[in-house]
Amino acid sequence: SLILSLLFFHLSHKVTRVVPESALLIVLGLFLGGIVWAADHIASFTLTPNVFFFYLLPPIVLDAGYFMPNKLFFGNLGTILLYAVIGTVWNAATTGMSLYGVYLSGIMGQLDIGLLDFLLFGSLIAAVDPVAVLAVFEEVHVNEVLFIIVFGESLLNDAVTVVLYNVFDSFVAMGADNVTGVDCVKGIVSFFVVSLGGTFVGIVFAFLLSLVTRFTKHVRIIEPGFVFVISYLSYLTAEMLSLSAILAITFCGVCCQKYVKANICDQSSTTVRYTMKMLASGSETIIFMFLGISAVNPDIWTWNTAFILLTLVFISVYRVIGVVIQTWVLNHYRVVQLEIIDQVVMSYGGLRGAVAFALVALLDEKKVKEKNLFVSTTIIVVFFTVIFQGLTIKPLVQWLKVKKSEHREPKLNEKLHGRAFDHILSAVEDISGQIGHNYLRDKWSNFDRKILSKVLMRRSAQKSRDQILNIFHELNLKDAISYVAEGERRGSLAFIRSSSTDNMVNVDFSTPRPSTVEASVSCLLREKASSVCLDMQALEQRRKSIRDTEDTVTHHTLQQYLYKPRQEHIHLYSRHEIIQNEDEKQDKEIFHRTMRKRLESFKSTKLGINQPKKLNKSHKRDRGQKRRNSNAIPNGKIPSENPAPDFTLKEKGIDNPAFSADDDQSIYMKFPPWLTDEDSVVPSQRARVQLPYSPNNFRRLTPFRLSNKSVDSFLLADGPEERPRAFLPETTHM
Amino acid sequence: MGCQSSHPSAIPELDEIMLETGFSQASVVRLYDRFQALDKEQKGYLSKYDLQGIGELAVNPLGDRIINAFFKEGEDLTDFRSFIRVLAHFRPVEEGKSNETGRPEPMNSRLRKLQFAFQLYDQDSDGKISRDEMLQVLRLMVGIQVTDEQLVCIAERTIQEADQDGDGAISFEEFATSVEKLNVEQRMSLRLLK
Repeated sequence: SLILSLLFFHLSHKVTRVVPESALLIVLGLFLGGIVWAADHIASFTLTPNVFFFYLLPPIVLDAGYFMPNKLFFGNLGTILLYAVIGTVWNAATTGMSLYGVYLSGIMGQLDIGLLDFLLFGSLIAAVDPVAVLAVFEEVHVNEVLFIIVFGESLLNDAVTVVLYNVFDSFVAMGADNVTGVDCVKGIVSFFVVSLGGTFVGIVFAFLLSLVTRFTKHVRIIEPGFVFVISYLSYLTAEMLSLSAILAITFCGVCCQKYVKANICDQSSTTVRYTMKMLASGSETIIFMFLGISAVNPDIWTWNTAFILLTLVFISVYRVIGVVIQTWVLNHYRVVQLEIIDQVVMSYGGLRGAVAFALVALLDEKKVKEKNLFVSTTIIVVFFTVIFQGLTIKPLVQWLKVKKSEHREPKLNEKLHGRAFDHILSAVEDISGQIGHNYLRDKWSNFDRKILSKVLMRRSAQKSRDQILNIFHELNLKDAISYVAEGERRGSLAFIRSSSTDNMVNVDFSTPRPSTVEASVSCLLREKASSVCLDMQALEQRRKSIRDTEDTVTHHTLQQYLYKPRQEHIHLYSRHEIIQNEDEKQDKEIFHRTMRKRLESFKSTKLGINQPKKLNKSHKRDRGQKRRNSNAIPNGKIPSENPAPDFTLKEKGIDNPAFSADDDQSIYMKFPPWLTDEDSVVPSQRARVQLPYSPNNFRRLTPFRLSNKSVDSFLLADGPEERPRAFLPETTHM
Repeated sequence: MGCQSSHPSAIPELDEIMLETGFSQASVVRLYDRFQALDKEQKGYLSKYDLQGIGELAVNPLGDRIINAFFKEGEDLTDFRSFIRVLAHFRPVEEGKSNETGRPEPMNSRLRKLQFAFQLYDQDSDGKISRDEMLQVLRLMVGIQVTDEQLVCIAERTIQEADQDGDGAISFEEFATSVEKLNVEQRMSLRLLK
């Protein structure tokens, strides 16, 4: 039944667009539990904390860490930490105290609880749950900063939760009277120990993992195994040392992703990705189902209206207050402000989930007399947040957004110019350096480049990364030169020079090649070709229609084909899909066009006469060694070898032509800018990189708009399996 | 590329810049840091290559045009003053500020923003967006699947829609009218630049 339900819900995307999958799963769990109970009158399976903490939670957290967009995460780390630590403490304290206060007033009736019990309960119910957050935000597409803040918060608050929980648990065990000031201080200290210790463990294991993958060149089959085993080890180690295990495995994933992705071979990378998604997805499903099933256990049910209602009220209200206050403080320090709608999403999206449930199930009945009450309340709270808030958050967000925008059908001019404005704004954002220069970040990227990467990345990966740098440094220079050289040759036959026929001109796209990448790329090519034809036909037909409909046609065409501005691209994290960046196509098109223009203008301002010879030599060398990265590009030498006076200033300018380090870790990242969209951390992982733009290809680039093919040939012709890797990130490795 | 914050006194003409552009000192300092970071060889000027070095611009359809907007006609280098002048257009509009007569139009007013955009379309600076210029812009902004004939159609329709005096080209006034319903102040403002 589990399998069936899994299949069913994954298939019914339409349903999940409205109802978050987690909610459906819980309901299903309830249903199943109900069946079992009705049949046997016993509660069958329950979600035991052990199973949860040791088997179900780690994959999800690892998945989150491994695919975490690092740049964004660390860029917003301050904000995230504030919400995670202060926010959680605030939530726990206020909820606990308020409940206690209400209890004192007698509304709840007679309960065998003390202040400490309330605080304990507060601490476990306060924490925002990463599983639930992810599950719900999957459907709600919020902007990336908001997402990373809520998500980061949900991950990092684990340390706080663990500490608070343990501290209050031990206080409860000791008895309220025996708690001294020293114990409180110890509690605070333990927070730092737990969180920093957990992080440290994570980092150590990340280091270990990266190091291991550096040397696994000859044991590719078990490469993926290492990733999972070592990450899980980090979790277990932290757990063993009573440190924050979630933090450990999160940071393990976060820190190792760059190196591991660079080091392991493609097939392993794909395996790792798919397996991780599978495990995480499976765990999540199981968790929610079990939540549902466990609820059907009449033994534990204790109903206390006041308590339950008040808990719900308090956690919501205090979360809102907490978020508002913190945001107000943060906005003074943040460059990108958090607006009202962000705050609404943050407050409303603070879901509680299985972690709270597992923690409450861990309570010792003898120490906490009212455990059942807590359990029931927790279940209800979790259900409420996941189901109700999960269901309503999407409409809420849409309603809020819609309120701001207009409803008129925009005119043609408005569409066009509006879009133009968006592009202009993006460009100005980029020029003015939106994120700004961060001293720390630069320092880190220097450190990383000089030391860490040398230690942790395979030689080949390092080289390829450097190559990309060099390649792109050389891009304008070489291609412009050859462009010029070609012009000098004057004659289309010049294209077919011996050195070029190696690979470029006569590449047969239809030949199937072993690599999976290539297959998908040539599929892409074929697919594009056919889609072009279809479109053209469709367009042709439309053109023949009467004048009146021309307007609609024009609108439609514009709508469909106008390039999208940056904000619309982003869909950061998905549990169930490996994100394909559809806007790669757009990026590629624009990129080619831009580069071509730049080269043309470069050519017209500069004629390189001495270069062609040197260039040919290096090209020959390049192409001969397409597959071997080690010698790939003597590019690096070319400008320095070139003392030609007319190159001076321009040449230097070319040093950082297309893509130089604009910010942080990403000199190589920046290059194929679309790489930064998804896995912003990874350089072209394909160790076998090679000169992506061979000038010869460039020549073949006929008016770029004629057909998709020329664009693709531009991209692909030079060894389809190589080039795309430089450009198409992991998404093509399906 | 270690970027420690520049000291305000290191920035030439700081006061004039602040007056002219309306930026706060902190913003000017920040932009100066940015300017210096982009200026890889510490020339004191930015060349087109420096700006082209920003990766994202290469995948922005209007990237190169915007780069060119920073440079005066025929020149290849731009200094900090000119750099920040362009960016001044994108400062968010302060609300509730009355437009006192006699004061020059602030650089980030709606008018100025529109003028900036207009100048991106109007490459030959004749004050009008001709059909060709419109076509060029459309070509930049639209996917390659759209054929030239399509594009001509779209360009013509666009001009028709906006052209009020029937001269087959869009003047600045017509342009401004055609986008009057758009929230230009918001769409062409960077929250970052205050």
